[in-house]
Amino acid sequence: MISQFFVLSLRGDNIIFRDYRADVPKSSAEIFFRKVKFWKGEEGEEAPPVFNVDGVNYLHVKVAGLLFVATSRVNVSPSLVLELLQRIVRVAKDYLGVLNEESLRKNFVLVYELLDETIDFGYPQTTSTEVLKSYVFNEPITIDAARIPNLGAAAIFMQGSRRMPGTAVTKSVVANEPGGKKREEIFVDIIEKISVTFSSSGYILTSEVDGTIQMKSYLTGNPEIRLALNEDLSIGSGGGSNYEYGGSGGMGMVMLDDCNFHESVRLDDFDLDRTLTLVPPDGEFPVMNYRMTQEFKVPFKVYPTISDVGAFKAELVLKVRAEFANTITANSVVLRVPLPKSTTRATFQLELGASGQSTDFKESNKMMEWSLRKVTGGSEHLLRVKLTLSQERNANIKKETGPVSMNFTIPMYNASRLQVRYLQIVKKSKTYNPYRWVRYVTHANSYVVRL
Amino acid sequence: MPPPPPHRPTSTSTPSGKGELAELKTQLRQLAGSRAPGVEDLKRELYKKVISYMTIGIDVSPLFSEMVMCSATSDVVLKKMCYLYVGNYARVHPDLALLTINFLQKDCQDEYPMIRGLALRSLCSLRVQNLVEYLVGPLRSGLKDTHGIKDFSEWAQCLVLEMVAKYVPEDPNETFDIMNLLEDRLQHANSAVVLATIKVFLNLTMSMADVHQQVYERIKAPLMTLVSSGSPEQSYAVLCHLHLLVMRAPVLFSSDYKHFYCRYSDPSYIKKLKLEMLTAVANENNTYEIVTELSEYAANVDVAIARESIRAVGKIALQQYDVNAIVDRLLQFLEMEKDYVTAETLVLVKDLLRKYPQWSQDCIAVVGNVSSKHVQEPKAKAALLWMLGEYALEMPDAPYVLEGFVESWAEEESPEVRLELLTAVAKCFFRRAPETQKILGAALAAALSDAHQDVHDRGLLYYRLLQHGVETAERVINPPKQAVSVFADTQSSEIKDRIFDEFNTLAVVYQQPSYMFLDKEHRGAFEFSDDTSTNASVTESSETMLASQSVDANDNDLLLSASEKEDTRGNLVSNGSSSYVAPSNSLIDGLGSFTVPPAASSLPTASFAIDDLLGLSLSTNSPESTLAQPSLVLNAKPALNPGAFQQKWRQLPVASTEDYGLSSQAAANLTGPQPLLKHMQTHLIHCIASGGQAPNFKFFFFAQKSNASTGLGYFLVECIINVTARKCTVNYKTDESDLLESFAAVFKSAILNFGV
Repeated sequence: MISQFFVLSLRGDNIIFRDYRADVPKSSAEIFFRKVKFWKGEEGEEAPPVFNVDGVNYLHVKVAGLLFVATSRVNVSPSLVLELLQRIVRVAKDYLGVLNEESLRKNFVLVYELLDETIDFGYPQTTSTEVLKSYVFNEPITIDAARIPNLGAAAIFMQGSRRMPGTAVTKSVVANEPGGKKREEIFVDIIEKISVTFSSSGYILTSEVDGTIQMKSYLTGNPEIRLALNEDLSIGSGGGSNYEYGGSGGMGMVMLDDCNFHESVRLDDFDLDRTLTLVPPDGEFPVMNYRMTQEFKVPFKVYPTISDVGAFKAELVLKVRAEFANTITANSVVLRVPLPKSTTRATFQLELGASGQSTDFKESNKMMEWSLRKVTGGSEHLLRVKLTLSQERNANIKKETGPVSMNFTIPMYNASRLQVRYLQIVKKSKTYNPYRWVRYVTHANSYVVRL
Repeated sequence: MPPPPPHRPTSTSTPSGKGELAELKTQLRQLAGSRAPGVEDLKRELYKKVISYMTIGIDVSPLFSEMVMCSATSDVVLKKMCYLYVGNYARVHPDLALLTINFLQKDCQDEYPMIRGLALRSLCSLRVQNLVEYLVGPLRSGLKDTHGIKDFSEWAQCLVLEMVAKYVPEDPNETFDIMNLLEDRLQHANSAVVLATIKVFLNLTMSMADVHQQVYERIKAPLMTLVSSGSPEQSYAVLCHLHLLVMRAPVLFSSDYKHFYCRYSDPSYIKKLKLEMLTAVANENNTYEIVTELSEYAANVDVAIARESIRAVGKIALQQYDVNAIVDRLLQFLEMEKDYVTAETLVLVKDLLRKYPQWSQDCIAVVGNVSSKHVQEPKAKAALLWMLGEYALEMPDAPYVLEGFVESWAEEESPEVRLELLTAVAKCFFRRAPETQKILGAALAAALSDAHQDVHDRGLLYYRLLQHGVETAERVINPPKQAVSVFADTQSSEIKDRIFDEFNTLAVVYQQPSYMFLDKEHRGAFEFSDDTSTNASVTESSETMLASQSVDANDNDLLLSASEKEDTRGNLVSNGSSSYVAPSNSLIDGLGSFTVPPAASSLPTASFAIDDLLGLSLSTNSPESTLAQPSLVLNAKPALNPGAFQQKWRQLPVASTEDYGLSSQAAANLTGPQPLLKHMQTHLIHCIASGGQAPNFKFFFFAQKSNASTGLGYFLVECIINVTARKCTVNYKTDESDLLESFAAVFKSAILNFGV
């Protein structure tokens, strides 16, 4: 059980503080913040999410630039506390629409009310927005989402696809809309994070897709929903690792290593026709998490080369090719490369006519960055970087450069090819036809190319 | 009729007296047997009346049997009202409560899960002491109920699972029932639920080695999925548990090594864990790939991780025997010309040389390339100096490199480096005196005027030793060394077991048992105090049990020098009545297991114990039959903490029960538990708890076969002795049933030997 819950800003200000058991001193927030800020690792490491100071255990998660912290005196399950913190974040987001310092401050009475119902004497009671609705009476005060730089998974849709109503996923599940009427709609997002490591010869060393089918329902009356996935979806190889079978996954079959489900999901028909049945509770929740190590078509190929071109000079050439269809556009593509220690200057040479691209070199950490606002499928881009070195004869310039790491977001693309075949709302009325949004997005988790 | 008072919940009338009650009674009785349509509604009305009377304090207990009769229905609302009624009167009328047992028990088997749940809850809230025995059956079947756990919220599930983890099934079938029931909890998206379930699985199968291993295989995929999904913080908590499992059984994870590769985006606290896991799972099949991957991290922008990666390569190198591959890596590291990489590499080379002196030629060639100007960190300097001193003959310029260090003595800030420098110069002097003499003089002078006490003292010591004679000095300062075979493990297996016992708690994240980081009053109720020699009740029995022979004492034993240990052992035994001593060779290398020589030793003192182990002396068994049994060799230093003992004791069935008669001397010697437990200890049978007063004593012993894998191969014994009757009743439990007979023979002979 937990003793206290509090939310701190990154400056260390107390935004919310709730004491459940009065067995930890009130100064805990301060102690915690100092510890996190000046974590004494070998080379300025990040504080781990769980640590102990003077017999008090501090567990925290970082979300939206805020620190959500629980303290405990007993030997709790760390997973339980961290899940709980994450769930409180989700409930707050459901209620407030947008989660940030401002929205928390504006709604602190409501947040305290939620916390009282969520946790009793340090024990978690319920973290379901659906259940909480019947006990919580404060109305959320919504803040203007448009001028807030959004954070979290929902934000990624707003940049790419114009078809998506940008504010939809940032509106409160509970609050009434200006018109007094709530729009009947449901969002199903297939969000995939991909991790790929390429060897210096371009060969794929490891690859993994970590996906989530996330749902956010604004439907009244909690109708039952049927979500049909690829019929030929196969799950699990028994041993837990698919690496041995990499690439031999049959024709077009999607082979997941493993998956797990939200507790509302019923799997009665899952083995038969890969259909998930559920009555979605209010609020945002992951219907299913999955993991795939089967080989997949990588969205980007990067060809980096570095060579000596004189006594104190070297040239780095980066070539990026988008391997996906030309109907799709990737956003916020960024490539970062650590340059040799002896680099004093980097001069960038973009292609003729390149637009929406920018470059940067930070001398302090010898890191260069190449950003491309948009990359259309099938296109190829090139950057030449001329390096000035302070050291003559750099025997091992290749060893000192890289690896190239890449960030990107590709809306309406999913690496695993897992599909939602249909989203059926089981409701008697024939006139009932709510908006259904099924959206896909892939982004880079750890996309690394070695030199 | 007057209108009912406003505070009454329903508008039913008040019974004006006995008549009203009697009327209700009749009506209820009529409805009880009826199957007419609409009868449920009539019942509801009557029930409402009864409940409302009850609420305002009218005694409606005379209706008890009728109420119970009427509740034979599938109507949940009726049931709920009836349970409320029953719960209200059970406490004050225990005699009436007895009537309800039958129907509640029946409801516990109702086809509707909701009714089963409600009935069980009502049954448990009767709060009548002598009815508690009736709860056991329904509770048990409730645990097996296929609807059971899933109806709880995920948070409540965590609590229930925590409880189930403490439950000890009656037989393997029950174990499998529970596991099959909980199987789908492993697919839950909430990591707390999954980890709580895994704890149940691990605990339940603790004494079934093959199933336990299957559990490891089964939980791999869900754990890895949880590590990959969710926030980094959640991943971390799960990864800590995966880390624990990998460390316990690295072999089972050796083909999953790619899952432990670091990702660019991983926070350093996750990368650190992954590096340790990669080190643990390395074997001859995957080492090449793992080391290649680790070498990539050595160039990582995150310096801490780069360092850890090189250390990881070092640890793997220390387990492997391919000198060429490792020297290649070392050269690669040094070529990077990064100070911290060079530093870590030097420390690594030093460790390699301490373990494999035969590699000196290859390694020294590598170190020869390092310019001492690039070595800045104290640890690295010390490592370099050690090598210069140790391999002064192989490194031609050793004296001159050392000279450079001595010249900058005053600038050297680290006393550790100055100490190492002094020793290195002295060692170099013993090998290459003409070249080093001047340098040694300078070093000694610098040391004698050093502000640091240790440096000064060592300087003085060397100076006086050298005054006494160079040969003497060499014998002291540079005696021949033995290669280090195994570097000390930082954690004892006892500590590791305790952490494992605390699966799904902070102990796993901190890699410390909870007693190390929590205040005493906040430790769990099932926790044993850190000092196991204090009172600890091992069984549920109410006897006062004195835990003796603590495992901690065993651990401390390892720290004692061999001679001290022998002394301790001698004292222990001399307290007993007899004067024999167990064979000393086995005690001195207490780390090893006790191997029984083929023939009895020629030493008469030693032969006793050896004979006992074979079950030959004083045993009623004929030697032939004993020898036919599988051979049993006991572990001299078995580790089993009281908690683990308790758990095993509950999980294992009694394998055999024997009665032995004791000699009159034995009975006379048994004035307290101590003499016997000391006696048994000399037979490598350890007492974990003992208690009682003459004439009745009770002991719990345990022993472990040698070379058993962690947590297995144990023999547990409960021994009850009545001194007056000279009778000894022994219950054996074991997870090693093949060897039980052999062990029983050993135990029997040991106990019969007591006092002889």
